Amino acid sequence: MWPTELPAFVPFFVAALLALVTRGHLRSVLMLSIVTLSGLHLWFLDGDVLVNMQFLEYELAPYRVDSLSIVFGYVFHIAAFVSILFALHIKDTMQHVCGLLYAGSAMGALFAGDLLTLFVFWEILAVSSVFLVWARRTERAYQSGMRYLIIQVGSGVILLGGLLLHVEQTGSLEFDFIGTDHLGGWLILLAFGIKSAFPLLHTWLTDAYPEATPTGTVFLSAFTTKTAIYTLARGYPGTELLIYVGATMACFPIFYAVIQNDLRRVLSYSLINQLGFMVCGIGIGTALAINGAVSHAFVHIIYKSLLFMSMGAVLYRTGKIKATDIGGLYKTMPKTAVLCIIGAASISAFPLFSGFVAKSMIMAAAMKEGYPWIWLVLLLASAGVLKHAGIQIPYFAFFAHDSGIRTSEPPKNMLLAMTIAAFLCLAIGIYPKMLYQLLPFATDFNPYDLTHVLAQTQLLFFAMLAFVWLNLQGVYPPEKVAINLDAEWLYRRFLRRLVEKISSYVQGLDSELKLKVEDRVNWLVTYFAQRHYPTGKGTVIRPTGNMVMYIAILLAAYLWLLLSFPH
Amino acid sequence: MADKKLYLFDNPRNVKIVLYTLYISCGILLLLDFIVHRHTQHRWEELLGFYSIYGFIGCSAIVIGSKWLRGVVERDEDYYTRDELTMTEEEDHVAD
Repeated sequence: MWPTELPAFVPFFVAALLALVTRGHLRSVLMLSIVTLSGLHLWFLDGDVLVNMQFLEYELAPYRVDSLSIVFGYVFHIAAFVSILFALHIKDTMQHVCGLLYAGSAMGALFAGDLLTLFVFWEILAVSSVFLVWARRTERAYQSGMRYLIIQVGSGVILLGGLLLHVEQTGSLEFDFIGTDHLGGWLILLAFGIKSAFPLLHTWLTDAYPEATPTGTVFLSAFTTKTAIYTLARGYPGTELLIYVGATMACFPIFYAVIQNDLRRVLSYSLINQLGFMVCGIGIGTALAINGAVSHAFVHIIYKSLLFMSMGAVLYRTGKIKATDIGGLYKTMPKTAVLCIIGAASISAFPLFSGFVAKSMIMAAAMKEGYPWIWLVLLLASAGVLKHAGIQIPYFAFFAHDSGIRTSEPPKNMLLAMTIAAFLCLAIGIYPKMLYQLLPFATDFNPYDLTHVLAQTQLLFFAMLAFVWLNLQGVYPPEKVAINLDAEWLYRRFLRRLVEKISSYVQGLDSELKLKVEDRVNWLVTYFAQRHYPTGKGTVIRPTGNMVMYIAILLAAYLWLLLSFPH
Repeated sequence: MADKKLYLFDNPRNVKIVLYTLYISCGILLLLDFIVHRHTQHRWEELLGFYSIYGFIGCSAIVIGSKWLRGVVERDEDYYTRDELTMTEEEDHVAD
C-alpha cells in the first residue's frame, strides 16, 4: 500500500486533514478506510522496522516497530476504528479531526525509537486530546480541560528536562531501558507516572474524562494512559518500586469508585485500578509479568472503551449520567444493557471473558516471584473491580430504581461499535491463544486450568453475593448527589484559597503604600503652592543688583583658586 | 405520561429467580472445593473455601470502607464549582 518506512502516524494525520475538508458520508468512509488500511498495513508488516535520521549530532529513530510496540499498535488501531465508528453520527468536525490527530500522535509516541521524538508526540497527544474535552462546550468542561492541559503539558516539560539530563549522562537519545540510577531517569519516570495516573498524580484523569463529550471519552480512555504504560514497560521493567505503586493504584480507586455518583467518573476510577495491575506487572518485570501487563493493556483498551461507549450512549440518549438521575434503562435500551454487561463481565475477569485471560498472568507472576502480599492485594482489587465496574455500572444505569426515563436505543453506528468491542471481548476470552501469539515473549500459559477457573469463579460469585446481601440489608451506600474530595483538593481548593489570601495581603500592602505616596505628593503640592501663592516666599521679586553681587563673589572665588593652584 | 407496560424485572418473581440462581450457584461452587483436587501454590490457597470467603469478606470490607471514606471526603456537589464557574450551568443537549 505504502512504503514500510512510512511512520504509522502519517496515515492518521492525513485522515485528519481529509476529515477537515470533507463532509457527510465521504468523511465517514475516508476516516474508517484509512484507519483500516493502516491497521492492515501494520498487520502484514514483515519483521521489525527501524528508520534512522541524523539531527545535529544525535542519531534519531522516528519510527521503530518491534515485538513490544507492535502489540500496542494493533490494539490502538482497533481502538481508533471503534472510537471513530462510535462517533460517526456527530456533525462536529472538531471532534473528528482531533480524534484522528490524537490517535495518530499516540501512534507516533508508540513507535518512537528515541526520546526526542517521544517528547514531540507526548505534547501533541496532550494538546490534541484536550479538544475532546472542550468539545462539550460548557464552562465546566472548559475549565476541566484547562486543568487537564496544564498537567499534561507539565508532564511533557518534565520529560524534556529528564531526557536532557539522560542524554548528558549516557550520550544517547535512544529510547530503551532507562532505569533509575540517575536524576534524569527519575524525572522521566515522573513524566511517565503523571500520564499513567500514579497515585496523587491521577487527578487530571478523574477530573477531565467524565467532562468530555460522550464520544470523546471513548477516544481518551484508550490512548493517553496506555501510551504511558507502554513507555513504562519499555523504560522501567523490573523496577521494584512500581510493584508497590501499582498495588496502591489497584486498590485506592475502588473505594472512591463505589461512592461516585457520576457513572463515567466511576469508570475513570476503575481505569486507574486497571492501570494498577499493569504497572504492577511491569514492576515484577519477568517475561510472564510483562506479557501479562501487555495483554492486560490489550484487552483493557477494548472492554474499557465498550463500557465508556455504553455510558456514552446513555448520556447521548438521556442527557444524564448520574446514578441518582438514571436507572431502569434496560426497559428501553436492552441491547445497550446487554453489551454493557459483556463489558462489565470482561473487566471483572469472569472466565470466558477477555479480562480473565490477561489478569491471571499478572497474578501468577506475582505469586511466582514471591510477592504473596501483593498477590493478596491484587486479589482484593479483583473483587473490587467486580463491585464498582462489574456490578455498579450496569446495575445503577440499567436496573436499580426506575427513573421513569423512557428513551430508545442509540444510533446504529454506536450499537455497531459496541457490538464489535463486545465480540472481541468474548473472542479473546474464548480463544486466548489469539492474543498470546502476539505477545512480546513466547508463552504457553494456560488460563483455563480447573483450579484457577474455580478460584476466580468463587471469588466473583461470593463478591456478588456480598453485594446482594449488603443491598438487601440496606448497608450498601446509596446513590447520592454529592462529590468526593480527592488529591485535586490541593489545587482546586487549598491552592486557590492560598492564592486568594496572598493576593489580598499583597493588595492590602499595595493600598497602604499608595496612601503613603499620595500623602507625600499632597504635601509636596501644598508646599510648592504655598511658596508660589501671593505672599509666598517664591513670589518675592529680587533686584538685578543681587545677581551682579553673586557674580562678583563667584569671580573672586575663581580668581583665588587660580592664584592658589597655578598648575 | 406514566409507562404502564410491565417489563422483565417489574415482576418480583423474576427478581427472585435471579437471586436464587445466584444463591444456588454459590452453594455449588463452595461444595466443589471439597470435590475438586486443587493444585495450590501458596498455603493460604489450601484453606477450604479460601476464595469464597475472601471474595465475600473483601467485598464487604470495600463497601464498609467506602462508607467510611464517604463520611470523610463527601462535599456538596457545587463545592468547587461555586467558586470556579462564572455562568450558570447549561443542560446538555438531549438527543431525540
